[in-house]
Amino acid sequence: MAAVQETIDQVKAIDVDQYKYGFVTDIESELAPKGLNEDIVAYISAKKDEPEWMLNWRLEAFRRWKTMEEPTWARVDYPKIDFEDLHYYAAPKKREGPKSLDEVDPEILDTYKKLGIPLSEQEILAGVAPENRVAVDAVFDSVSVATTFKEELAKAGVIFCPISEAIREHPELVQKYLGSVVPVSDNFYATLNSAVFSDGSFVYIPPGVRCPMELSTYFRINEPNTGQFERTLIIADKGSYVSYLEGCTAPQRDENQLHAAVVELVALEDAQIKYSTVQNWYPGDADGKGGIYNFVTKRGDCREKNSKISWTQVETGSAITWKYPSCILRGDNSQGEFYSIAISNGHQQIDSGTKMIHLGKNTSSRIISKGISAGVSQNTYRGQVSAHRKASNARNFTQCDSLLIGDKCGAHTVPYIESKNSTAVFEHEATTSKISDDQMFYCQARGLDDEEAVALIVNGFVRDVIQQLPMEFAVEAQKLISISLEGSVG
Amino acid sequence: MLEIKNLHAEVDGNKILRGIDLVVRPGEIHAIMGPNGSGKSTLSYVLAGKDDYEITEGTITYNGVDWSEMSAHERAAAGMFLAFQYPIEIPGVATMTFLKTALNAQRKARGEDEISTPDFMKLVREKSKALNVTPEMLRRPLNVGFSGGEKKRAEILQMSLLEPTLCVLDETDSGLDIDALRVVSEGVNQLRSPDRSMIVITHYQRLLDHIVPDVVHVLSKGKIVKTGGKELALELEKNGYAEYVDEEAA
Repeated sequence: MAAVQETIDQVKAIDVDQYKYGFVTDIESELAPKGLNEDIVAYISAKKDEPEWMLNWRLEAFRRWKTMEEPTWARVDYPKIDFEDLHYYAAPKKREGPKSLDEVDPEILDTYKKLGIPLSEQEILAGVAPENRVAVDAVFDSVSVATTFKEELAKAGVIFCPISEAIREHPELVQKYLGSVVPVSDNFYATLNSAVFSDGSFVYIPPGVRCPMELSTYFRINEPNTGQFERTLIIADKGSYVSYLEGCTAPQRDENQLHAAVVELVALEDAQIKYSTVQNWYPGDADGKGGIYNFVTKRGDCREKNSKISWTQVETGSAITWKYPSCILRGDNSQGEFYSIAISNGHQQIDSGTKMIHLGKNTSSRIISKGISAGVSQNTYRGQVSAHRKASNARNFTQCDSLLIGDKCGAHTVPYIESKNSTAVFEHEATTSKISDDQMFYCQARGLDDEEAVALIVNGFVRDVIQQLPMEFAVEAQKLISISLEGSVG
Repeated sequence: MLEIKNLHAEVDGNKILRGIDLVVRPGEIHAIMGPNGSGKSTLSYVLAGKDDYEITEGTITYNGVDWSEMSAHERAAAGMFLAFQYPIEIPGVATMTFLKTALNAQRKARGEDEISTPDFMKLVREKSKALNVTPEMLRRPLNVGFSGGEKKRAEILQMSLLEPTLCVLDETDSGLDIDALRVVSEGVNQLRSPDRSMIVITHYQRLLDHIVPDVVHVLSKGKIVKTGGKELALELEKNGYAEYVDEEAA
């Protein structure tokens, strides 16, 4: 069919110029020597001015990591990563943890401005109604460079700060919760992260507090040959609520860059956490050169009854994505949700999905996954739903839809469903479809060019998930989807 | 003005159109009738510029511009509109969103500004009322779960909103009951204007009772075999197409 042939031709001609975040910030950095050993772990810990318990925690993780092997079960294919050829710490040369924006390097402020993330509170306040304000923690390579609206949040009792600061100033919370959802020895990448994580965000919402604004972290990898290992820990105490957004970009580089993050969420009784991600790491060029290797462990623990954790992700970037934001439904009546849009184009490979582990009674979960594959990419949904023998009346609904553009890409669905309780009800629906020539022609006959037509059809396909995103993110996500698929059709 | 000269076209190597000559002037309505397989729908797709419908000989020009190298969306921006016999479902895209995207795409292609949301809403309300299209229907994904009548009304709504100058209606009467046929025909008649040309493709005379054509053509085996006034349609209704099919065969 002509349209399909053109798709293939266009994919061949795909141009990475569409990745508009590919610029490099020219800034002097302080780097740890390449390679990983106990000295490097100690170096990172010292850089962060950490107490001894933290260093010991890291060293234990490192020792475990040395005994572990990279997982190979995911449907992704890449050359072996040389973990000795990486820098495990990179920070803009300047004093650490600036106290105010005046102390942040103007080059960095400018970088975030270019990315559309203003860090000056005045700037944010100028154009935005109070209810739409977003507090931002900006992480540049290995350090947090700025956190906005801290004071205003503090009035509500909310702690929102770099995790390095939390380790120093709120050790009782960090010690209690760090590693309590993703244990140190959880998996190869999480263990590596535990040893060398450098920064990330820490959030604590006190009992009964509804966080007065959206919280957001914006991750940027700038240095070449550097791994980014961020660690995020969010605790919603009894009866609290928080909505948290995460965004990521990186420069266009020929080498692959490693990103291995860990995110832990803890929801106590009646608490609710909504976690949204727009992941737009550099995906690599037309020949599959460069791009981020994104190996991420994200897990939420509905620790007490009536709690709820909701993951929403829009994945458009990275050369390799290996990511399964999950929920442990431990508390009775707790709820887990996973809404995902995963778009792969060019040579991208995605193996992503979720785990819903039902442990408590009357727990329910919902999974809506929309995968879109174009180019010569491979896109796998991998999901696990399980009910423990005590999880009576567990409920799950899974809908897993794949859309193929062109005939050189692949979509795969790998569900694992396991129930040890006879009262559990799990539903799984899956579809795979293509954008038909008829749909394309219909849109074209109404005046839409090829790219407008694909963007419209794809946005229709992902609508159920887009609706879950906070308003201002939803608009961004729709634009991002259109950009990600530029050049995917003729 | 639309001028089709000696048009030959094929799909997947099958010759379907075998030398069509047709001139449609502004303000005129031409009906094209013919038996199944005579090439009526192919003609509509070739005019709209569908991929895989290849012109092997002859030309299509519209207002003096050669359309052979123009893609479907460019023709749409130049005034072409095809009302589909089987409108396509676009899941997840609200009818309202589709209408706005289409209108703005055409405006952009013509170098005009995008329409503002309040102006657009006003325009849609006004146009949809006449066609009995409810706000509820505008919120639903385009054509998904629409009844036959709703689909055709949505097509005519698009036509009235996009204000094309060349409308091709491909068997718009198929799947319509008497009442729906009347609503749709009235919608089409309201769009009759001295600067708009229409080509109405149909099997049956009954549509032409409502949308009265200036000229009727009989298409058979990819050629126009007879042209006449509106009375020709009545004659066909009485005698069927056998005469023309046989003539071809002989």
